[in-house]
Amino acid sequence: MTMMDELARIADDARARLAEAPTVDALDEVVRTTLGKKGSLKGLKRELGRLDPDERKSVGQAVNDVIDELQAAADDRRHDLERAERTERLQADRLDLTEVMAGSRAGHLHLVTQAIMELEDVFVGLGFTVAEGPEVETDHYNFGALNFPEGHPARDMYDTLYVDFGEPGHTLLRTHTSPVQVRVMETTEPPIYSVMPGRTFRQDTADATHLPVFHQIEGLVIDRGITLTDLAGTIDRFTKAYFGGAFSSRLRPSYFPFTEPSAEFDIIRPDGSFLELGGCGMVHPNVLRNCGIDPEEFSGFAFGFGIERLAVTKAGVDDLRELITNDVRFLRQF
Amino acid sequence: MKVLHSWLRDFAPIELDAVALGDVMSDLGMAVEEMDVLGEGLDGIVVARVLDLRPHPDADKIQLVDVDAGDGEALQICCGAFNMSVGDLVPLATLGTTMPNGMEIARRKLRGEWSNGMLCSPPEVNLPGDPSGILLLPEGLEPGVPLTEALGISADVLYDLEINPNRPDAMSVAGVARDVAARLGLPFQLPTPTIATTGPATADLVSVEILAPERCGRFTARVLQGVTVGPSDPLIANRLTLLGMRPINNVVDASNYLMLELGQPSHPYDLATLGGAGFRVRLANEGETITTLDDVERTVTTADLLICDATDVPVGIAGIMGGADSEISDATTDVVVEMAWFERMPLAKSSRRLGVRSEASARFERGVDPDGIDLAQDRFVELLGGVGGGSVGSVSQGLVDERGQLPDRTPIEVRPARVNAILGADLSPKEMKELLDPIGFTTELGAEGEPMRVALPSFRLDSEVEIDVVEEVGRMYGYARLGKTMPVSSLSGHLTRRQLERRRLRSLLTGLGLSEAAPMPFLAPGDLERAGLPGDGITITNPLVAEESVLRTSLLPGLLKAVRHNVGHRNEGIALFEIGHVFRRPMDPDAELPDERETVAVIVAGADATAAVEAWRTVCDGLSVPGADVANAEMPGLHATRSGVVRVEGEPVGAVGEVDPEVLAAYDIPGRVAWLEVDLDRFLAHPHGEPTYTPVSRFPSSDIDLAFEVAEGISATDVGSTIERAAGDLLGWVRLFDTYRGEGVRDGHRSLTYRVRLQARDRTLTDGEVGEVRQAIIDAVQAGFPAHLRG
Repeated sequence: MTMMDELARIADDARARLAEAPTVDALDEVVRTTLGKKGSLKGLKRELGRLDPDERKSVGQAVNDVIDELQAAADDRRHDLERAERTERLQADRLDLTEVMAGSRAGHLHLVTQAIMELEDVFVGLGFTVAEGPEVETDHYNFGALNFPEGHPARDMYDTLYVDFGEPGHTLLRTHTSPVQVRVMETTEPPIYSVMPGRTFRQDTADATHLPVFHQIEGLVIDRGITLTDLAGTIDRFTKAYFGGAFSSRLRPSYFPFTEPSAEFDIIRPDGSFLELGGCGMVHPNVLRNCGIDPEEFSGFAFGFGIERLAVTKAGVDDLRELITNDVRFLRQF
Repeated sequence: MKVLHSWLRDFAPIELDAVALGDVMSDLGMAVEEMDVLGEGLDGIVVARVLDLRPHPDADKIQLVDVDAGDGEALQICCGAFNMSVGDLVPLATLGTTMPNGMEIARRKLRGEWSNGMLCSPPEVNLPGDPSGILLLPEGLEPGVPLTEALGISADVLYDLEINPNRPDAMSVAGVARDVAARLGLPFQLPTPTIATTGPATADLVSVEILAPERCGRFTARVLQGVTVGPSDPLIANRLTLLGMRPINNVVDASNYLMLELGQPSHPYDLATLGGAGFRVRLANEGETITTLDDVERTVTTADLLICDATDVPVGIAGIMGGADSEISDATTDVVVEMAWFERMPLAKSSRRLGVRSEASARFERGVDPDGIDLAQDRFVELLGGVGGGSVGSVSQGLVDERGQLPDRTPIEVRPARVNAILGADLSPKEMKELLDPIGFTTELGAEGEPMRVALPSFRLDSEVEIDVVEEVGRMYGYARLGKTMPVSSLSGHLTRRQLERRRLRSLLTGLGLSEAAPMPFLAPGDLERAGLPGDGITITNPLVAEESVLRTSLLPGLLKAVRHNVGHRNEGIALFEIGHVFRRPMDPDAELPDERETVAVIVAGADATAAVEAWRTVCDGLSVPGADVANAEMPGLHATRSGVVRVEGEPVGAVGEVDPEVLAAYDIPGRVAWLEVDLDRFLAHPHGEPTYTPVSRFPSSDIDLAFEVAEGISATDVGSTIERAAGDLLGWVRLFDTYRGEGVRDGHRSLTYRVRLQARDRTLTDGEVGEVRQAIIDAVQAGFPAHLRG
């Protein structure tokens, strides 16, 4: 058998074993026994010395070609085997994600809280701070300082709940967030640019459109040279920021003891229909005086509106009582 | 306040269409709440007389009605209403009529009986009234006459206006017309009755004595003799009907019509039944009683003003309601017409205390026109058809006119610059005068830069000071025309630290999967006690229902009710939080207000105390509150052995644990319920929110595990703190990762295993260093507690 025959035999045998190697380990064994240091091809190379120079050259070239060819075949086979093994491992590790059931879920903020935060953000953007105060108030802060003398018929506009604290009629659940305005004016030197969100109370029975406990947000601006047109402009800026640029606003004359001139303000939708949102006006000189502010030096405006109706209208909720029932099926929707 | 377009036109030639007029009134501050176009779509509806009523042979919810529609023939109608009698006049929609709501009237059979038209209820013909009955028309109408003609409602508009408390003038049709005329630049004319007074001098027939001049500013009386009591003129009866008042007789109707037209309440008395033929106006005696027109006996107090006859017998509560005894009857011939002015605020208080609100009291409260009485007295006679040709025989000469104290109406000074400064306008004094004078003010312009002198109309008692006039100028000019500007603020908007932290708190709690609840802050009596808390809540003195009469002292009862509601609906994953105020009686007896605190609470159904402690830890970590911990303690309403107090730097700020099983039973809630409640005011008063930076080590760390046998009752948190201190600068963290009770541990003890991670910032620790720290920890724990390292 010539050396070339021997080479052909080794090559054929190695090709077959490489192609059939079932695992990476088996492949390594084939490589070791053919291409390795003590492998059959290395052995053949060592015997090249026995040949004459011409033959050595041609046979040597042939051996090198076979080594290159088998090395390439081994690499290919290794690649295939590794890929197959990786695939097999991944298959064994399969997790069907459609079988994953919801675990812990996100908590949800109350609809009214979301509305308050949104409103606060709009007004902070317009240069306002946010002020707060107690929910149980004195008659003075809720009415007296706001230019409602005792027995004033305008007090009838508020169905006030009184509490058993101090003199009878002295302490009450605030009927609006306006007492916070008084507290801010008493403690802050103008200029004042503040909004007051908060809980308010009326003697009322809960139904689809009324709650005895609800929320308002009021705004107060006290500065030099503040005018009724500033009030109209601020309401309009708020309207566009909160509802959208295509909405506008208008004022209609109204009456509140603590403002004069007073107005109702409407939000006008792009289709021309309107929503009666709240009340507003220029802070009454008596109120400024009651709070230690000189009405000849400073003027200001105030406005206010209910939050619940705004929140439920936006969310499409048709019954206000959902807001106080605390059913998680409701709370988790928003 | 309801007004008719046609009635307004009695005073000003208003030509606007229904909608445009409504817009004008709204823009003047008299918001249109409702607008009904009358007489439209009523073609084909005629007056018919009921001839016969028979049961339907085959139906009991409808009856058969024969009516005469003007031709004298009996026309059979099937009708579902039963409020009419034979002889009544009713509206009939004839065949072929299209009703205002679009329905077509055709001849049809109802259960075998023919119906040749439809009888109409008030709403079906756009009139106010009961929709379940047929509209009964006034006597005297001719069958067959179109309804619109019969009622004089052709092409009219009925507005319901919302009148603000500062608009006494707008409580009358004429007052509304004055405003509209001024805005439109139209002439405005009040009625100008001329009455022949041919009777005796009034003072010879009736006397008036005001004993409470501070409450009664003016009291007038006049006597109409030879009065024929009967039905009113149809125009008067129809307008009263349309404005929602029932016509009674010509005298009472004249009184009501006058009130609606000019805003002046009046009271007609039968002179024959007025004791002593005179009036005494005085404060009531304590406990005095009077039976009012509505046949209710009312007990009055010394704060109520009475109108008594000359023998001091009460005949009415001044300005609120008349007495039952001196009413006008068919037999009345001599009528005393009283018109007066009463002080507003005390009358409002009386009305409220007595619970009586009448059309008259609503006007007196706002302030009627004390100078308008003279015209109103004449107009009253005119409405009765005048003297001679009408239903009045003669009118006494002059008014008996007694005066008490009336409001000061001295003209005031108004600075034009001030008007412009408040309104943001640039009006000249002359323009202001042109806005004010048409609504009754009388403006004298001052010299350049000087104030205007403004006389205030007697029908605008609400107008007293400069700012009131500023408002009138703005209102008449039109708020929309003033324009819109933005104030220029020198401040920047921001949230306070507390407000930002409240938002952070909410996001931490929602991150734990808790949803925000908002129960009512009102509790029922016993709710606090059922929750294991002291029943010392501040109560509401005038609750609508007892279930909402106690202010919460804790968020626990409200959230337990919320959990109960959800359990009742088999809802799963009931994990809620709330941030709200609680109210307690303050320690300081002189405090002006209750001790009101903002509180946060967490409640998780089906979870043990661990969930609550973890929420507490999360909150403290998220808000960077150092020195926060938990100590086991028995807390009201909570499980005696699975609860504790949460503290910051040793000060208790709330409670944590599980709700007491007895409380859960009382609220009908199964399983365990985790609870955390923290007083945010106390909690956030401690220094917080300033985390200190420690550089992160880049060197390897070493862990050591140490198991100690520690007596029950020793705080595992305290042991952990001791380990932290002992580890000193090398501490990475310490964690309690196992507790064990049982074999190998003595009774009354448990094994606590801590893992301590050690790490240096500048080097890899040697075994020797780790060993030293380990020993230091063991020594510190064994020295600090009855504890020993387990082998």
